[in-house]
Amino acid sequence: MLKVLKSGFFITIQDLGRFGHRDIGVPISGAMDVESVKKANLLLENDPNDAVLEITMMGPKLQFEEPTAISLSGAHLEPKLNDVAIENHQVVQVSKGDILSFGKLKDGFRAYLAVKGGFQTEKVLDSRSQYFPVTKKKRVKDGDEIPYEESTSYKPLISEVKIEDHFLTDELEVFKGPEFALLTDKQLAGIFSKPFAVSKANDRMAYQLNELIEEHSHSMLTSGTLPGTVQLTPAGRLIILMKDGQTTGGYPRILQLSEAAICVLAQKKAGDSLSFKLL
Amino acid sequence: MKSYPISIKPFGERAVLVEWPSKVEVSILADILDFMDAFKELKLPGWEMSVAYNSLTMVCNDEHLDFDNIKRIILECHEKQASSKTKRVQHLWRIPVCYDAEFGIDLEEVCKTLKLSQEELVKQHTSHQYIVYGIGFLPGFMYLGGLPSSLEIPRRAEPRLQVAKGSVGLASKQTGIYPQDSPGGWNIIGNCPIPLFNPSLKDPCFVKVGDKIQFQQISKAEYNLHKIEGEVGIYKPEKVLLNA
Repeated sequence: MLKVLKSGFFITIQDLGRFGHRDIGVPISGAMDVESVKKANLLLENDPNDAVLEITMMGPKLQFEEPTAISLSGAHLEPKLNDVAIENHQVVQVSKGDILSFGKLKDGFRAYLAVKGGFQTEKVLDSRSQYFPVTKKKRVKDGDEIPYEESTSYKPLISEVKIEDHFLTDELEVFKGPEFALLTDKQLAGIFSKPFAVSKANDRMAYQLNELIEEHSHSMLTSGTLPGTVQLTPAGRLIILMKDGQTTGGYPRILQLSEAAICVLAQKKAGDSLSFKLL
Repeated sequence: MKSYPISIKPFGERAVLVEWPSKVEVSILADILDFMDAFKELKLPGWEMSVAYNSLTMVCNDEHLDFDNIKRIILECHEKQASSKTKRVQHLWRIPVCYDAEFGIDLEEVCKTLKLSQEELVKQHTSHQYIVYGIGFLPGFMYLGGLPSSLEIPRRAEPRLQVAKGSVGLASKQTGIYPQDSPGGWNIIGNCPIPLFNPSLKDPCFVKVGDKIQFQQISKAEYNLHKIEGEVGIYKPEKVLLNA
């Protein structure tokens, strides 16, 4: 078990998501920054869908009750094993009783912790991703014990990689959304000619942006939405749906983020600057 | 049956949006459901679909989506469906609702605005059958069509931060049930004690798109009983087969 001594700000267990249930309104969920998760799992030669911890903004204090190998990716949170600094994108062998703690947020917003073989929490509707009320728990809390399997013999093919993180950009690549054609010249200029700032209203469901563009009065029948769908409210606000976002919505879907752009946005926090680039 | 013209748009890297004429009509919904049945018969791996009124969002969970190819497949499938139609099973579900003031926190205001007595409002709300035009927004949330115009009331000016699970609401042309605690702007007139979404079941959502819903007024005592039955998983919603 991984014992959660202190749970930080907001931690959830995530795999790549809950596919195949959108017909009954179940969001995809899964890790916000899939690219980082794939890196962390790859170093441990895990399956890309193995469950990891998604650590938002502030690191927890965790104790390993069985030996295993771990890797970290995504946001830089000054990770330390038994008070000795370790790096992201590095395979680290841990022993029984070792303590993983974190310092300050240096870069990004969401860090990922993978263990050899992945966390073994219960699957609900084919996924371990925490999303209440599909899963009984919304998040990881103080005192939780998260199961994983002991591993003592893992010899990594590659024990460390030096790669530039994909999220060190402010540019989000977007496709035209289904209602792109409704946009006026003034709205288009508002979207593509200047940067936006991420609002305080940002979470796993959606990211709102601070700056408004020209308002509109289009009404439409409710229709499907996806992670990365950029909705435009009548007041001119842009809301970007993320992994726990609703499966349908009634606001015009003006843009659609690329899969890569979702991973970039997942690493942004309130106040960070963003701009859109049409593909 | 009539087949409608459809438009097919790319929707990001992994999805396509198929749209029927922008209307809330049973015959359009039937055309969408027929198309879905025909598409499912192709057994293409990795696809999932969700209906909402006049549109179908089709998501491909495999890495690569060839838009031109899938557009051709969709068009062929839509054209062919008329000839090879299998009968779909549809049900009418009777959903218990307690309209006591304890649950119907906006009931008094709604009656005042609509100029109806509480008895008359409940009678109208329970005497119609509503068609399920989609399931989305939240797990198990049904988009229902067919609300009588006498029950149309705008959504509340300020949404509530928390609407209780099971709340039955009215908002413009829609009525529906919140399947979980959620923020929401609908006018709440009652509460349904039975779970509409249960992830521990093999089929977490018993209602299907195309089914019909009829609300049934129950007393507080019946509410309490059904609530317990729902929690322990022994409540069986009453259903009638529509197209036997």
